[in-house]
Amino acid sequence: MAVTEVRREERQPAEAPKRSTLVSWLTTTDHKRIGILYIGTAFFFFLLGGLLAEMIRTQLFEPDNTLFNFHRYNQLFTIHAITMIFLFVMPVTVGFANFIVVLQLGAPDMAFPRVNAFSYWLFPLGGILIWLGFLSPNGAAPGGWTLYAPLNQTLTPGSTPGWGTDVLIMGLLILGLSSLLGAINFLVTIFKLRAPGMTMFRLPIFVWTFLTTSMLLLLAMPAFTAGLAALFIDRNFGGHFFDPAAGGNAILWQHIFWFFGHPEVYILILPSMGIVSEVIPVFSRKPLFGYRAFVYATLAIGMLGFGVWAHHMFTTGAVYAPFFAFLTGAIAVPTGVKFFNWIATMWRGRIKFSTAMLFAIGFLMVFLIGGIDGVFVASPAIDYHLQDTYWIVSHLHYVLFGGSVFGIFAGFYYWWPKITGRFLSEKLGVVHFIFMLVGTNLAFFPMHISGLHGMPRRIAQYRELASIDPSIVMLNRLSTIGAYILGVGILIFIANALLSFRKPRTAAADAWGEGNSLEWATSSPPPPWNFDELPPIRSERPVFDARHSRVQPTPVSAEGGES
Amino acid sequence: MSAQEVAATPASAPRVRRDPMPPALLGVILFVASECVFFAALFGAYFTVRAQATQWPPAGIEESLKVALPAVSTSMLLLSSVTMQYAVWAIRRGDRATMMRFLKLTLLLGLLFLGGQMYDYSTLGFSISDTVFGTTFFTMTGFHGAHVAGGLMFIYLVLARGWAGQLTRENHTSLEACAVYWHFVDIVWIGLFTTLYILK
Repeated sequence: MAVTEVRREERQPAEAPKRSTLVSWLTTTDHKRIGILYIGTAFFFFLLGGLLAEMIRTQLFEPDNTLFNFHRYNQLFTIHAITMIFLFVMPVTVGFANFIVVLQLGAPDMAFPRVNAFSYWLFPLGGILIWLGFLSPNGAAPGGWTLYAPLNQTLTPGSTPGWGTDVLIMGLLILGLSSLLGAINFLVTIFKLRAPGMTMFRLPIFVWTFLTTSMLLLLAMPAFTAGLAALFIDRNFGGHFFDPAAGGNAILWQHIFWFFGHPEVYILILPSMGIVSEVIPVFSRKPLFGYRAFVYATLAIGMLGFGVWAHHMFTTGAVYAPFFAFLTGAIAVPTGVKFFNWIATMWRGRIKFSTAMLFAIGFLMVFLIGGIDGVFVASPAIDYHLQDTYWIVSHLHYVLFGGSVFGIFAGFYYWWPKITGRFLSEKLGVVHFIFMLVGTNLAFFPMHISGLHGMPRRIAQYRELASIDPSIVMLNRLSTIGAYILGVGILIFIANALLSFRKPRTAAADAWGEGNSLEWATSSPPPPWNFDELPPIRSERPVFDARHSRVQPTPVSAEGGES
Repeated sequence: MSAQEVAATPASAPRVRRDPMPPALLGVILFVASECVFFAALFGAYFTVRAQATQWPPAGIEESLKVALPAVSTSMLLLSSVTMQYAVWAIRRGDRATMMRFLKLTLLLGLLFLGGQMYDYSTLGFSISDTVFGTTFFTMTGFHGAHVAGGLMFIYLVLARGWAGQLTRENHTSLEACAVYWHFVDIVWIGLFTTLYILK
């Protein structure tokens, strides 16, 4: 059997420099270690963002709660959103991609390992800068994650003075640079560092989705950078970009922001779609149904994602609604194609309900609700009724929490043995999943109804509304209870993760016994140089081919890992 | 085949087939693609505020904004793109001495452009904060100037590699990448000069 052999002694440096573990982690350029650093740091910010979420929901348990004043409440939801989007979902998927994409390509490392390390270190820097805002005399940025002008300028009454918003802008600029360099790195790695035989149409779906994500980052992020720079100039150097009184244009900010912001939501969801597409075939014991259709659907989402930004701006009256409504409806089609792919993959498969698979199926159910919510408000007539209500809050949490985060947890359970060599407990995993599924629906489903009843988002008290419509109070209390259940679910996951380190490293190279892509061809965890040998790559499932070929593949050493 | 070329590639040396798109070059091209979006957003902002203005440029700008000196700077920058391309063609032939000459010339022209722009700034009678024209003008030319400064550092790094003898006919990706970036900066300036000084 043809095996690309790399002699191990050639990869060992003659005399490895002696370094402490801490220094070796701080100075690492190994994509696997950087991936773990990304995942760990992002999870830390996830807990901080989750804490803010629980504070927000606690405030809303009573219609006229005075736990936080209005100004503090505004800071809580702003930094909650920024943290979850820019400091959790984006970096954690980058972390998985760092670890997994390179392995799935059969590559030894990223194209630019030192740029990769630089991208990582910009991320905690930006995160700390954003959170430093809480030390400002005026508190952290209170103006919403969308940073709408002129609210987030300093010239108009009721705007956001103080340096809390300025450090947020600077932090976002730093995170933007980090994402941009990361995107370039991933694109070059995927285009140039594929193993022999790994053609584009043999790439695992996770690689395809991350390729599309990187293209979106590359072409959307700079618009945000330009907008943030303009906003910073307006705030600090007396500029007039978004100041209507001096000839500027406030709607201009919305255009620039959403030109980035809409591709951004696909940046947040596509990697999770990729993870789910890796998990479902493995635990259904079938190849992914319609590989090419899935790839084209992903690329179509990527392209259409640049043509729908103004559906966030229907109520400004400044955009041509029919065009954007049509394209928004159109972008639901490739997502629908993917649903057929996933369901048809499971159809008549021999499904194994592991925790990763449960989260993947949970993703399908919850994300579907969120997607259909979105198509509702794609219609301008309905959008005029629901703009800035809790319907939108419900929609975005169904797609970002029920979608992205469920996908991320599927990834945690699926790749944990590859990353650590140990399995997470399936028993605790099922409990975790049940808490997450119940908590998500309990927290976010009542928001649909309260939104339809007219409850606006981003308010700290709702006494007047509750006196007209008493059901609002009960709906909010259900949401708060749901949020607490989610919190417990996350604690169960943390316990599961910590307990796994007490177990021995038992994961084989192909930890689930049904792996398809190349990360399952090397030991768990992989050695620093990734592969001692590669199976021949003749389809999109090289590990499956190797498992079922007449000649057995050369066994991969179980204790190859040194990390 | 010129004499220099024969000297650069002795017959005994194994013929290395150059990758037409080395990773570093692809990385810089992707970076330039993202920079296009960055400047496109700034141009979009400019034309948005211009389209709604009752008087453009606002009063007092017309007299202050002279075209003569920026036109000279512009020709410097355009010329520097030509010299940069000559440097690239020279190293592709293996002619290192010519490459270094043209690269130094490019650096000089870039510095002259930047100096000219700084002098131009000092003569302007408006600031970033008095009108929306000033805001867009200084933001766009300022970011472009920063890109030129970054490009000059890039050119200097390539020059340093040239002095160290690291650039050869087979291996000069850094110069190719630098040229792509420099041409991009030049093209952006053509758009900026036309928009801000001629179509004002």
